[in-house]
Amino acid sequence: MIVEVRLPEISENVDSGDVTKVLVAQGDTVAVDQALIELETEKAVFEVPSTAAGVVAEISLKPGDSVKVGGVIAKIETEAKEGADASQAAPPPKTDEAPQLAQPARESEPAPAPAPAPKAEEAPKSSAPARAPAPAQSAPAPRKPETVAARASAPPAEEPTADSIRSTVVAVAKDSGAPAAASPTVRRLARELGVDINQVRGSGPSGRISSEDVQSFAKSIITAATGDGGGRGAAALTPAAARALPDFTRYGDVERQPMSKVRTLTAQNLAYAWTSVPHVTQHDDADITTLEAARKKHAPSVEAAGGKLTMTSILVKVCAAALKRFPDFNASIDVTRGEIVYKRYYNVGIAVDTERGLLVPVLRDVDKKNLVALSVEVTQLAEKARNKRIMPDDMEGGNFTISNLGGIGGTSFTPIVNAPEVAILGVSRSAHKPVYNNGSFEPRLMLPLSLSYDHRVIDGASAARFLRWVCEALEDPILLALEG
Amino acid sequence: MSTTESFQLVVLGGGPGGYAAAFLGADLGLKTAIVDMEENPGGVCLYRGCIPSKALLHIAKVLHEADAARAMGIEFGQPRIDVEAVRTWKEGVVRKLTGGVGQIAKFRKVTFVRGFGTFIDAHTLAVSLALGGEQLIHFDHCIVATGSRPATLPMFKDVARVLDSTSALELREVPRSLLVVGGGYIGLELGSVYASLGARVSVVEMMPGLLPGADRDLVAVLEKRVAKSFEHVMVDTKVVKVREDADGILVNFGGASEQSIRYDHVLVSVGRKPNTTGFGLEKTKVRVNDRGFIDVDDQRRTNEPNIFAIGDVTGDPMLAHKASHEGRVAAEVIAGHKVAFEPNAIPAVIFTDPEIAWCGLTETQAKERGIDVAVAKFPWGASGRAMSIERTDGLTKLIVDPKTERVLGVGIVGAGAGDLISEGALAIEMAATAADVKLTIHPHPTLSETIMEAAEVFYGQSTHVYRPKRS
Repeated sequence: MIVEVRLPEISENVDSGDVTKVLVAQGDTVAVDQALIELETEKAVFEVPSTAAGVVAEISLKPGDSVKVGGVIAKIETEAKEGADASQAAPPPKTDEAPQLAQPARESEPAPAPAPAPKAEEAPKSSAPARAPAPAQSAPAPRKPETVAARASAPPAEEPTADSIRSTVVAVAKDSGAPAAASPTVRRLARELGVDINQVRGSGPSGRISSEDVQSFAKSIITAATGDGGGRGAAALTPAAARALPDFTRYGDVERQPMSKVRTLTAQNLAYAWTSVPHVTQHDDADITTLEAARKKHAPSVEAAGGKLTMTSILVKVCAAALKRFPDFNASIDVTRGEIVYKRYYNVGIAVDTERGLLVPVLRDVDKKNLVALSVEVTQLAEKARNKRIMPDDMEGGNFTISNLGGIGGTSFTPIVNAPEVAILGVSRSAHKPVYNNGSFEPRLMLPLSLSYDHRVIDGASAARFLRWVCEALEDPILLALEG
Repeated sequence: MSTTESFQLVVLGGGPGGYAAAFLGADLGLKTAIVDMEENPGGVCLYRGCIPSKALLHIAKVLHEADAARAMGIEFGQPRIDVEAVRTWKEGVVRKLTGGVGQIAKFRKVTFVRGFGTFIDAHTLAVSLALGGEQLIHFDHCIVATGSRPATLPMFKDVARVLDSTSALELREVPRSLLVVGGGYIGLELGSVYASLGARVSVVEMMPGLLPGADRDLVAVLEKRVAKSFEHVMVDTKVVKVREDADGILVNFGGASEQSIRYDHVLVSVGRKPNTTGFGLEKTKVRVNDRGFIDVDDQRRTNEPNIFAIGDVTGDPMLAHKASHEGRVAAEVIAGHKVAFEPNAIPAVIFTDPEIAWCGLTETQAKERGIDVAVAKFPWGASGRAMSIERTDGLTKLIVDPKTERVLGVGIVGAGAGDLISEGALAIEMAATAADVKLTIHPHPTLSETIMEAAEVFYGQSTHVYRPKRS
């Protein structure tokens, strides 16, 4: 039996993705959960596993192809299930998945008591694809424009009939609708502004689109984007209103590389946050001399559980407690409705540096998990992010983000708030510093922390209190138990 | 011995697409080179395609008009044709044009490397120089514009007296009889040339009509003329067998016209194949599809981010003006502009007599795709200009969206249709309505009025065509 593996629901607002790699070929034997393709969406790059075991009968995707949710990724010939199923009287009307392919075969079978409703429903479905190939065959061979669809049905150019001169209506071919009613210069303007011309409503006669129409459409997107705070509108625009660049090649060799989706999205999100969130960064140092000793002592037992007890996982726990204590930091601002959204859950994101750029997996319900469980989860999520196994879902729903650059170095930095969150904690490298105590200087291990926050929601005093509380909790972890 | 030179842009192939790309690249400030085998840029189009064929078709036209003048009371007598002089004149045209393009390349400081370029990797070409030696060229960006070549048929492999478009244009001799295999535009254009120079020309086409792809009502007008100037037009017919002997080539036909006929020469014009093998594309990530075309995105970028491809190698339609437009788009993209190849109309012209030209949506395509269109036709019999030049064998039609009244396609058959079609292309690109065309004053008396009048026909208001209103 042939089973179609389709692209499952990925996550909210994601209805398609681009294939970046095809990991199996026709004829390969695959197991359930074996990765078939690597897919890039606006939110992540991840591998799509097979839902069936068997031999790949067909995989026609290529890198660069776009797949919709529900779209077929591969057809898998599963092993001789038919024999087994045959003992059950009527295997065919199984699931709605039993595809059209099965239909013709069934028709040639003697006649299992004519199936009732479901078959009748399927009938038109199966006759439709049957009709489609027919005109393609009778039509003169080289008539179709160069669409992807044409490739499948185009007969091999073995016997060309005549010179294949013909005009092509490129845009018309795409979706049988007429091309956008805009002149070439207007279309170019739209492209420069990153606007999809097909979405612009024309104000001229018969809906003709003027350059003014394109400009006002672009403006409306920008307004919508800053208004709803979701940044989704902004995604329709490519990187913020770009200014013309100088010709760098006049000064030396350059190389141009297309921006990856992760990079494009990072650029959009950060540009949005930077321009719409009034940022302030508060710095403080935490004395972690005692904590570091405790961390080292307990590290082996956490390691035994499959995780790593790191400063990041400790900070995740501490920050969740701080968020509980300071609800302003666990909020989002809804500008359009003039409201502040306070969240009753505590999800903390951690910035992970990966090959393809910055990813922020989110740990959920941190307040309900102990440090061992959190350490294991941090380790796993970071691993997943680096191995392209992270799913868009894993990166959604964060309330607060921690960016730990301490492993690399630095004394302080000013992170950008991961909007619509309202605060982010930057962590730099800890170092031994002389601390004046009771008339003398003592060497203490100090951890520099930088808290950037959205000044619309959070006042400077609150930020100073929040960060001080985090520092004190690190210095004296019993505070977590007392107040957290 | 090999030297290395570095360029920001190297265009592989100096045809009309390649040199247009290189020139714009240079204008946009890129250090640019063209690699091509010929002495000058020009490619198939200038050396052995569009330009020489149009030169020869002009001769055919002159001969026809001299003959047609008899009906107007002018008698020139029998023309005396000096094939050698014709060839020399034609070659002169080609030399002037290609030389001129070579000069322009120099003015623009585009380096012209004469030789055969092969990819070593995604940033290097090894050029085997035409004058000996090898040169390595390093590039930041490359545009592959290697064009196409005539497709061949295996059954003619060992036939000596077989021509393709290239050898036919060399005009070595005028055979007494010529069979054209393939009723597409190249076969009909070259068949017309040889017919006017005195050869008895026959055409065989596998499909039910000449010029597959073109609207039938346009082709019908041409077919009437071809029926007179050609000896034999066989459609729905295949060449089954060929045998060459001392007296010529004996051809067995199968299908609608089953028979055997002897010809002096055979011209095979069954389409063109992209040149995408034999120059190291496999050393790059450039992807060639199963039909031999290079896969590109709408910016003409291949799977290798710094390599672009334009023209015939990227797919149909294989037309010089499509290639040069693509070439300019690719050059702009490389220079950092955010543009794409997104035409709504690519005009197609068949330079037969009468010419056939169309752009945008054809009636045939509309039918195939189930697009609801209104078709407004203006027959040239109602044009004063057409009558005064004795060329009423023409038709102009608009394909219009009945709801928005936008012009979606234009088709013209008649004398000079190739020059008239540009107005249609502009109308489509500007998203003009039939009313826009109707309300634009066209000069009288010209053939361009037929476009305006066709728009008037759409509204049932043509001055020179009376049609009772549709209810």
